[in-house]
Amino acid sequence: MREPSWFRWTRRVGLSVLAVFTLLPIYVMVTSALKPLADVQGDFTWFPTRLTLQPFSDMWHTIPLARYFLNSVVVSSIASLSSVAIALLAGYAVSRYRFRGRQTFSVVVLSTQMFPGILFLLPLFVIFVNLGEATGLPLYGSRLGLIITYLTFTLPFSIWMLVGYLDSIPRELDEAAKVDGNGPLGALFRVVVPAALPGIVAVAIYAFMTAWGEVLFASVMTDDSTRTLAVGLQGYATQNNIYWNQIMAASLTVSVPVVVGFLLLQRFLVAGMTAGAVK
Amino acid sequence: MLDTVEAPRPTDADLSGSVGRRRPRRELLPYLLLAPAIVLELLIHIIPMLVGVAISFLKLTQFYLRNWKAAPHAGGDNYKLALTFDKPAGKALLHSFEVTLAFTLLVLAISWGLGMFAAVLTQRSFAGRGLVRTLFLVPYAMPVFASVITWSFMLQRDTGVVNHVLVDQLHLASQRPFWLIGNNSFLSLVVVTIWRTWPFAFLCLTAGMQSIPTELYEAAALDGAGIGGQLRRVTLPLLAPVNRVLVLVLFLWTFNDFTTPYTLFGKSAPRQADLISMHIYQNSFVNWNFGTGSAMSVLLLLFLLAVTGLYLLIVNRRASDA
Amino acid sequence: MRLTRITTTTIATVLVVVPLAACGSSKSKTGAGDAKPTLTYWASNQGTSLENDKQILTPELAKFTSQTGIKVNVEVVPWSDLLNRILAATTSGKGPDVLNIGNTWSSSLQATGALTQFDDDTMAKIGGKDRFLAGSLSATGVPGKPPTAVPLYSLAYGLYYNKKQFAAAGISQPPATWAELIADGKKLTTAGHWALSVEGGSATENVHHAFALSQQQGGAFFDADGKPTFNTPQNVAAIKQYLDLMQSDKIVNPSDAEYSNGTEALKDFATGKTSMVLWQAAAGSLKQLGMAAADIGVAPVPLPSPTPAGGRRVTSMVAGINLAVFDNTKHKDAALQFVKFMTSTPEQQTLNKTYGSLPSVSDAYTDPAFQTTDVQTFKSILSDSAAPLPAVAQESQFETLIGTAIKNMFADAASGKTVTEADIASQLAAAQQQLGG
Repeated sequence: MREPSWFRWTRRVGLSVLAVFTLLPIYVMVTSALKPLADVQGDFTWFPTRLTLQPFSDMWHTIPLARYFLNSVVVSSIASLSSVAIALLAGYAVSRYRFRGRQTFSVVVLSTQMFPGILFLLPLFVIFVNLGEATGLPLYGSRLGLIITYLTFTLPFSIWMLVGYLDSIPRELDEAAKVDGNGPLGALFRVVVPAALPGIVAVAIYAFMTAWGEVLFASVMTDDSTRTLAVGLQGYATQNNIYWNQIMAASLTVSVPVVVGFLLLQRFLVAGMTAGAVK
Repeated sequence: MLDTVEAPRPTDADLSGSVGRRRPRRELLPYLLLAPAIVLELLIHIIPMLVGVAISFLKLTQFYLRNWKAAPHAGGDNYKLALTFDKPAGKALLHSFEVTLAFTLLVLAISWGLGMFAAVLTQRSFAGRGLVRTLFLVPYAMPVFASVITWSFMLQRDTGVVNHVLVDQLHLASQRPFWLIGNNSFLSLVVVTIWRTWPFAFLCLTAGMQSIPTELYEAAALDGAGIGGQLRRVTLPLLAPVNRVLVLVLFLWTFNDFTTPYTLFGKSAPRQADLISMHIYQNSFVNWNFGTGSAMSVLLLLFLLAVTGLYLLIVNRRASDA
Repeated sequence: MRLTRITTTTIATVLVVVPLAACGSSKSKTGAGDAKPTLTYWASNQGTSLENDKQILTPELAKFTSQTGIKVNVEVVPWSDLLNRILAATTSGKGPDVLNIGNTWSSSLQATGALTQFDDDTMAKIGGKDRFLAGSLSATGVPGKPPTAVPLYSLAYGLYYNKKQFAAAGISQPPATWAELIADGKKLTTAGHWALSVEGGSATENVHHAFALSQQQGGAFFDADGKPTFNTPQNVAAIKQYLDLMQSDKIVNPSDAEYSNGTEALKDFATGKTSMVLWQAAAGSLKQLGMAAADIGVAPVPLPSPTPAGGRRVTSMVAGINLAVFDNTKHKDAALQFVKFMTSTPEQQTLNKTYGSLPSVSDAYTDPAFQTTDVQTFKSILSDSAAPLPAVAQESQFETLIGTAIKNMFADAASGKTVTEADIASQLAAAQQQLGG
């Protein structure tokens, strides 16, 4: 439909202002990554007086950046995929079925978001240590423990959001699928999931980014070989000096794949997945 | 799930609530689907939380860390310490609670508002929309440590870009203001948190808008509704399920936010930006007084439960009125 | 249909990959029993980066292995994580065998019982107590109890001054009294240049200085029974003295009230923005920050003159890193052998030379590297005029409360409000009440 011109102007101005707000720190990061350390801590200039690519090469040596990056990618990907899968099943159950305990489950899961994460840390560590001894699974100091932790931390929100998206998908879709001879799971995967794809993508992004950026648990549950990026970046702040330019360079570098991922995924946030589905 | 007072919809799912002699397998299915989530939640969330609650009744200081069972019972002492508002510890806690509440409401309102604003503006396709959407998600993609440190750079009094623009270039202030200490520190914390939070709201709202069928907009347009009318009649009502969750969750997360103030201010936050999560952190990880830290967490939990309960009541009443 | 396949593939992948992800842990299975064990050592960050620390320590650890056959797996833990990791290790019982700790943590950690106490027998196994500098040994635990760790690297605060800028201002000697410091400071403070930089936003730095100044005034933050005595006139005077540098003497830039990450004040000094800074031994950092060695001068922190009633000759707290043994270790003898190795004279000389800190054993000082003016100044500070921070279990609470209070007072002073003695007294009283005193 045709857009009125006031809308177009509001869009241009509004999006530009937001873009400046969003980009200003990014710009500072980029210019800081290209400055020698002394200049970064000096007075602010819009354009660097001395340009150097040195931070981009030093950053791999000051901390084992490549290893931390790999750890983060592995942990975040697996945690987010698992979280989405488990949340999808749980969300389908809550959205489509009225069963006993549905209320309790919802309330209990909700209450986990009200407790400050800091207090989980020690009991969880103790549980992992004891479980690890009992089962032989490496749960602390390992990526597995971190994956399980992140996967569970993101479950409540993933389940809620998915229930919300699934609720907005008409039951008629399920009916149609069952008429075609599918069981409930078939209905879920063949029909409901495609319709809920934007929600699923949003939840996957959320789970990935939560795992990607989490600092407190990663700092305690990992050792040098399994440390993730979010914690590892703090290694640029040493006893005597903080390598600001390398921090910026490293952050920009590791964010590039994530942003590219966003660019590719935002394609899925498109309209029309449900439009026309029920005919 | 949140529509707990809604009248049950007549679907075949009702049969699963029945005695189930006819379809025993269907009865089990929801539980099976929930099983992985339940196991993980119990192990990773619920049990540690219960342990945390139990600790709040103990004097768990560094003397007993190695052997929690030996810690003496504190009864309600930890709670008394937190709730005696005329003593310094209680007064500081109350103050941080007020600061946190103000902080949360501001961040929530503005982040949601910006997210909604941007989601509506990018709803219709235009040249470069994909790029704009990705751009807005960039703060979300950046590691917290780096982006918050960048903000602390920008907010430095002598060498930061904010003062450079305000004082040197725009001449809006004659005295160089402080942004990281003093009264402005609250504002800085709010702005930095909004910068990090609004992209997430934008993401959820954009995704939510995608499941609104375009026919509804066309129907509203035929009825004579302009863009504002469509927003009011189609978008907002249909976004309600998403918004219900989003607003609540943003409130809870912002209230409990620890990483942003910790990275911006370090272990000792200025008085004006003293958030409750920092208090709890101080008591648990700095002073090793887990008894009081847990008591504060439980009080926080009770408050948030009350707020959530109230919120759900209001939201569900409005949903069933609609 | 395409999406169903995607979903099922994803789930299948997850089920296969999750176990693979477990192959990330590097838990060294230390064999119990008589085969030569492998020790896990948590080192702290002392060098220019974590990798740098690893590079420095690895050859030394190799020396240890060749001498004793015991392998050591070192992990360099950043300061941001170290205390949390120790906390988790204490709680769960699973930790390293040997570890570095900040010496101010000694009393708090001693209270947990997680570290092996160095009673006379244990001390004998590593060569005896007398080898260590008395000053460093005083910061290893609650007095009256055996040390809970042994000193490894020793540090103290001194007054660093820029010789070139001093000469240009016509000042021939560094200030020896506080009055001289203020007078020199006023001479050096000109438009755009400040005399002294302080890390006013850092609670740790604030409390370290407040402690030393309070000692100079004859004050104390805890009494002999370990009860807090914050709100005393001497403590108030000490803190006022420190704040006055910014608010009334005006030789400190108000922006310094923001400095909180532990590096900014030093950086200002190194780049010539200020002429003096009160800092721990920093020759290595100053060099890295680009300061010419000829310009660096160091002297003890000035004392008040005349000496106040009861005032002690203290110019610095005893700073440093201690080496501790985790009591749950399965290889106590091997761990003690490692401690003995690290505190042996050759190792003390090598490591402290590299790190720019001071050896904690007296025989190490024969090495010519420790004969420079810089090192000799710090050594005499450490032996003559350094005192340990209060050795009480609530030490970290004390640091947080007092340090944050001073930070907030600096913020007030920086924004133009004058902080009076009454303000300081009420803040100290509130802090003391938080400790239950």
